[in-house]
Amino acid sequence: MKKISLAIAIAATAVSGLAFHASAEPVDEQLFIDGQEMISRAPAPEGHPFDEVLSGWLFREAETRAAEADSFANPGMLDVERGEEIWATVEGSAGKSCASCHNDAAETMKGVGARFPKWDADAKRPIDIELQIDKCRVDNMGAEAYKFDADEQKALTAYIKHQSLGMPVKLDLSEGEMQSWWDKGKDVYYTRTGQLNLSCASCHEASMGKYIRADHLSQGQVNGFPTYRFNTGGLVSIQNRFRGCIRDTRAEMPKAFSDELLALEVYVTWRGTGLSVETPAVRQ
Amino acid sequence: MNLSKVSQVALAVLFSSGASFAADVAPGDVKFQDLAVTTSLTGVPGNPEEGASVFKDRKLGNCLACHANSSMKSELFHGDVAPTVDGAADRWKPEELRAIVTDSKQVFGSETVMPGFYSLNVGVNVREDLVGKTILTAQQVEDVVAYLATLKE
Ligand code: HEC
Ligand code: HEC
Repeated sequence: MKKISLAIAIAATAVSGLAFHASAEPVDEQLFIDGQEMISRAPAPEGHPFDEVLSGWLFREAETRAAEADSFANPGMLDVERGEEIWATVEGSAGKSCASCHNDAAETMKGVGARFPKWDADAKRPIDIELQIDKCRVDNMGAEAYKFDADEQKALTAYIKHQSLGMPVKLDLSEGEMQSWWDKGKDVYYTRTGQLNLSCASCHEASMGKYIRADHLSQGQVNGFPTYRFNTGGLVSIQNRFRGCIRDTRAEMPKAFSDELLALEVYVTWRGTGLSVETPAVRQ
Repeated sequence: MNLSKVSQVALAVLFSSGASFAADVAPGDVKFQDLAVTTSLTGVPGNPEEGASVFKDRKLGNCLACHANSSMKSELFHGDVAPTVDGAADRWKPEELRAIVTDSKQVFGSETVMPGFYSLNVGVNVREDLVGKTILTAQQVEDVVAYLATLKE
């Protein structure tokens, strides 16, 4: 793994006179991870409610941003290293590891993190990296599927996505029935849930850039997942984050990898089209 | 348990909940007219001090999540999803504030992100233990309204 130096080019620091928060604007800075430039602002794809899509990094505090820009300071990199070990560990009745079939992840997994979820003809539904890992474990290794959010699942997912660091997210919606899953995901995104009667759009579209108590609301992008969170001291998966946001509306949480949440993952990933994969991004 | 015992228990339950909320207007029966609710939800005057704590409390109103409030400077974080409530009483009459807190959608339209605090017009898949329940009780709404009525500039 390469670990060079920390470099953040500070174009300008916006300071506004808000009474309770330093600034409500996303920062006007450029993210470099170990010197490699990330696309943290991109023109939005056609049909998107915003003109520009913005990485969640732009909405975080300076210390959190700095931790993501430097692999040595990013605690999520320990999980990525753990993922690298799992990659090469034989498991299951077939006596194989991921590496037995896919060799060097730096070559074979490059780009994967930028184009998932993708259509799976066998399952007749989109699958994300977590489900692709399970598919390989069950079908090719004779091992069991991971339990949702098992540490190994998060570490291996982070390792695989990290191989696409810097590459712009782009889904192929022409494959299989991806378009109808996108449509369904869009419905979920705009459906108000729970006693508080809020949708994803209430917070991440209508209130983007505002503070909800102490939290600076971003566009709710998923290009940095699994993310490392200081609060909970570990990686957070996409589906876990979705469930948490839904729980906060005082609603029942849908099951991980349910049709509803997979459709949402397709749609929300599309909303971040053009942003660099930043896995593992760092959050407070 | 024989039948009469069962109905005694049922009556006792009815009576005990009826005792404290006898005069409450049910959420579905609140009358909105000209963006206002003129009748008290409980008949008991609101207590502004209670209202202030409902306003701050993250488990109750959590109004500070979205609204900044200069008279609560000692509270650490104030949101800015919504306009500040400073001077709310200069802009709105108490019966309008009652309408806003009871069901903001009746005043601001269906697109507002402000929750209805005494309304059963809620989102889908409400957490099981909250089905059929409002965020605040009728009296808590009256208390918050009494508190907002003190916010003059
Ligand atoms: C009540 C407000 C609220 C609602 C509703 C809500 N979120 Fe969030 N969400 C937050 C807050 C606060 C954060 C943390 C700050 C941030 O990253 O924006 C967050 C973070 C996220 C993140 C992480 C972004 C990052 O860069 O780390 C994603 C992804 C996300 N939300 C997706 C969703 C989706 C999808 C929905 C609907 C199912 C949703 N949210 C509904 C408040 C909300
Ligand atoms: C999730 C966000 C949110 C929460 C929580 C919230 N509000 Fe609001 N509120 C709004 C928004 C947004 C508006 C502005 C109307 C609009 O644009 O829809 C508003 C408007 C108001 C107004 C009118 C403001 C003015 O003077 O123009 C009052 C008064 C008010 N809210 C009181 C409250 C009280 C009291 C609570 C808690 C019991 C509360 N709000 C909780 C979002 C919120």
